[in-house]
Amino acid sequence: MTNLTEFGIAAIRDGVVRGDFTATEVAQAFNAAVAEANPALNAFIVTTPDHALAAAAKVDSARAAGEELGKLAGVPIGMKDLFATEGVQTTAASHILEGFEPQYESTVSRKLWEAGAGMLGKLNLDQFAMGSSNETSAFGNVISPWRRTGADGSVDTAPLAPGGSSGGSSSAVAARIAAAATGTDTGGSIRQPAAFTGISGIKPTYGRCSRWGIVAFASSLDQAGPMARDVRDCAIMLEAMAGFDPKDSTSLDMPVPEWDANLSDDLRGRKIGIPREYRIDGFNADVAKSWDDGIAWLKDAGAEIVDINLPHTRYALPTYYIIAPAEASSNLARYDGVRYGLRELPEGANLQEMYAATRAAGFGAEVKRRILIGTYVLSAGFYDAYYTQAQKVRTLISRDFMNAFDEVDVILTPTAPTSAFALGEKTSDPLEMYLNDVFSVPASLAGLPAMSVPAGLDRGGLPLGLHLIGRPFDEQGVLNAGLAIERRAGFSAKPAKWW
Amino acid sequence: MTAYRIQGATGEWEVVIGLEVHAQVTSSAKLFSGAATAFGAEPNTQVSLIDAAMPGMLPVPNRECIRQAVRTGIAINAQINKWSRFDRKNYFYADLPQGYQISQLYHPLVGEGSVEIAVDEKKPDETKTIGVERIHVEQDAGKLMHDQHPTMSYVDLNRSGVALMEIVSRPDMRSPAEAGAYLSKLRTILRYVGSCDGNMDQGSMRADVNVSVRRPGEPFGTRTETKNVNSVRFVMQAIEYEANRQVDVLEGGGKIVQETRLFDPDSGTTRSMRSKEDAHDYRYFPDPDLLPLELTDAFIEDCRASLPELPDAKRHRYETVLGLSSYNAGVLTAEVETARWFEKLLAESARRQGKSESDVARQASNWLTSELFGVLNKLGKNLEDSPVSPEAGAELLALVGDGTISGSIAKQVLEKMLETGDAPGSIVEREGLKQTTDTGAIEAAVDAVLAANADKVAQYKGGKEALFGFFVGQTMKAMQGKGNPQLVNQVLKDKLA
Amino acid sequence: MSVAPADVAKIASLARLKVTDAELEAMVPELNGILAWVEQLGEVDVTGIEPMTAVIPNTLRLRDDVVNADPLTGGDIRDKVLANAPVAEHGFFGVPKVIE
Ligand SMILES: [Mg+2]
Ligand SMILES: [Zn+2]
Repeated sequence: MTNLTEFGIAAIRDGVVRGDFTATEVAQAFNAAVAEANPALNAFIVTTPDHALAAAAKVDSARAAGEELGKLAGVPIGMKDLFATEGVQTTAASHILEGFEPQYESTVSRKLWEAGAGMLGKLNLDQFAMGSSNETSAFGNVISPWRRTGADGSVDTAPLAPGGSSGGSSSAVAARIAAAATGTDTGGSIRQPAAFTGISGIKPTYGRCSRWGIVAFASSLDQAGPMARDVRDCAIMLEAMAGFDPKDSTSLDMPVPEWDANLSDDLRGRKIGIPREYRIDGFNADVAKSWDDGIAWLKDAGAEIVDINLPHTRYALPTYYIIAPAEASSNLARYDGVRYGLRELPEGANLQEMYAATRAAGFGAEVKRRILIGTYVLSAGFYDAYYTQAQKVRTLISRDFMNAFDEVDVILTPTAPTSAFALGEKTSDPLEMYLNDVFSVPASLAGLPAMSVPAGLDRGGLPLGLHLIGRPFDEQGVLNAGLAIERRAGFSAKPAKWW
Repeated sequence: MTAYRIQGATGEWEVVIGLEVHAQVTSSAKLFSGAATAFGAEPNTQVSLIDAAMPGMLPVPNRECIRQAVRTGIAINAQINKWSRFDRKNYFYADLPQGYQISQLYHPLVGEGSVEIAVDEKKPDETKTIGVERIHVEQDAGKLMHDQHPTMSYVDLNRSGVALMEIVSRPDMRSPAEAGAYLSKLRTILRYVGSCDGNMDQGSMRADVNVSVRRPGEPFGTRTETKNVNSVRFVMQAIEYEANRQVDVLEGGGKIVQETRLFDPDSGTTRSMRSKEDAHDYRYFPDPDLLPLELTDAFIEDCRASLPELPDAKRHRYETVLGLSSYNAGVLTAEVETARWFEKLLAESARRQGKSESDVARQASNWLTSELFGVLNKLGKNLEDSPVSPEAGAELLALVGDGTISGSIAKQVLEKMLETGDAPGSIVEREGLKQTTDTGAIEAAVDAVLAANADKVAQYKGGKEALFGFFVGQTMKAMQGKGNPQLVNQVLKDKLA
Repeated sequence: MSVAPADVAKIASLARLKVTDAELEAMVPELNGILAWVEQLGEVDVTGIEPMTAVIPNTLRLRDDVVNADPLTGGDIRDKVLANAPVAEHGFFGVPKVIE
């Protein structure tokens, strides 16, 4: 029998339903793979093999009893450690939440368990989802399973970034130690790590997935989504994750479409927009080529290619770096050492000193940086110049998209400006790191569904992703264009196992 | 009315007062969570994961809280904003689990309105209009207990997240009495509307008192804000103290610092609040967990239609339609329970006596305000826990109205009703208190009185006509008050003629 | 607008982040770099543009006034509320004594 960890969501579920193998066998195989790989990859903060086994046992006995099985029956997944999981430590990769065991289950994780999935563990991430390389975690860097190869075929063993903030998720799925994983995306945190590791990931329309029980970074931007081996697995998993939740005021009260059943790579009659402004200065040649490939593949699938303008797109990053830190500075005020998490109480400290000491000891450098920026832009005298101005520019950015969608159905761009970089390569200058999200942030600001699919390898043998942005609620359009690329790109590269 | 002035060493000062009243909205569940709001529960039992600000928890607003705030706004003739938003007010304190209070700064639910006050209770028609700038909806904070442990404060989050209306007045008040009248009137309105129970001793209403002083006619001075004053009397005391303190500071060559102060009810003084000393920068911004709140016309109309008759309108109707004195109308409408009780009494009286409400209104209002209030006062009871029901009161009034008993017998019957809880009719029956209209019995009593007071009869006949009242009194006494007064008069006149 | 060490100290205090002098020194150029970069937004003409309020057209739903309708958003769960508390006594959270 093939190694069960080679299978993704659909293959596992169908195999379990057919009885080719049991859910328990699948869980055991993945648990073993995690145990073997995690010391090297550091993708999981905690592993929960018992959770995976218990979920599998439930699926196996349901099958034995002849019950109908869920969409994710027997599928072991990794859970980004931003989702509250009942009785299982939830940290947001921050020391300030170390040891915190939620007494509740996030809506998205609950839905996944109800669909028959099991949890292999809690996946590492950039602390509070702030970062693009998974180097800000209090629990150590996540290592990408990929390694750069020289023109001569020599392998460079320098550890590479898996992208971020969902870096544990991307690393685990790419390394085939999880069948799929949850991610969250605030400015590109699903799409950029997916691109870096040669997997697929979709951020749905803002409001599709409940934010209830997900540690908040920037509330007006945060969206959960799946990270998986291929487009179809993303569609299946998103169906299980999405849906109206009355506990989230921003949740969309709309039925969940049958994205999987309606997948089609026939793009005849569809128009794909190519934004001129995304050809930024010093554009990476390999990335430019993969974008051109993408255009050709979509044409081949029957789509018409249309040049479009998104004139305010160049302001998206600075807009994001006002709005996201502003919201974060407030969202993270609750970590104060009173009700849960770390408490740092120096001898003789009063309440306010306890707060300052706790937060200084508990938050990492990037989190502090963003809290300070956010506090500053909201403070008296600066609010209008920064925050209000940013929200107005955000309106313009969103309007650009709406104008574009008068002409086209889906927009194609690269996912990230480069392939994966080496750990430590971009940590000295925060601005340089922020530029990683230049292509992903505009869609986040406008709340649009967007996905990354693998498009090929660059000259260093590292994956590149292509990025598809759709109209509000049109995840189907995004998935179908993604499928068209997937089928034509024929991406089958996998990281060689070195761990 | 003479203006309130503080006589300083260097001349007169005027005091300028604005109140920010926090009123707990009457609702079963909290503003953004499903935890209960009831008073007096065990610590941290009425706390949801949301109220404790657990990671990933989100607010969903309670319709009833919005509805009550809108009803309140309509009751003070305020602008209802169909588009409003919740903002976050960011600061760190142990009673504020989220690290921010969800409130409304930029776009409050209710805009400009006003409240009419009468400063002198005896002159209810001398009114002054106090402007209300806005009403916004926000979360209450938790409670800190400082005296339970030598080195720790204890945190109870039961109140955390309870809905408040913050009712912000214009700086339109010029004396402690005006501020007291405004707060009382506001409380009356809220209780009529049913949007707040007005229990100030349970913290359901607290006022932040903004006070400044100035020379009459000059621009506003720098104000201080005394937080969370929880009775009408304390508000007046706090103003009195704070205004005099400010005058002393200014006359001593000092400056008023804009600051937050605390009222000490034991000493009646205010002092600077140490814990809130640092410069406030609340970094308000729209709460990204919540969308704008958009109200439909139908929602607002439902709110309007659900409002009861409000105190000013009721008082006016009592005066003009029922013909009550303005004093009585004021007393009967000051508390919604009193008005409710009175209207039951009125309806039942009218029914029993087969008359219109306006025909029995004076009888009912006089009996309620002078007789029943008098005895309840002696018993130390309120109308709410009165042992006499409006129905029983109406039965008593009907007995007077149809001449079955006299007004003075009615007083006795009321005493018996309070003692025994029996119905007035059966008391009259049992005790034989019915008025006597039997002329024979009256003549016999009169004969006996005249015979026993032959000397006085002689004086009367000699021109001392004032003695007539004496004979009436003696006859009534002999008849234990049951003689029909008109008949007694008639018989005496005949016999003394 | 650029920040000086005193400004950063003030922001850090507002945000309740204790910073050492060395950290403060390091943060000043970093924050100034980021602020200078985001200030390019000032060049965008936003005349007549409303700040974004809801990213996806959606209106605020209001819930019914029912206590404990959903155990996940209701009360009567003191053990759960206190389960992760650094200090909990007699049903309260404990914090260093506050003097008002
Ligand atoms: Mg106030
Ligand atoms: Zn307030």
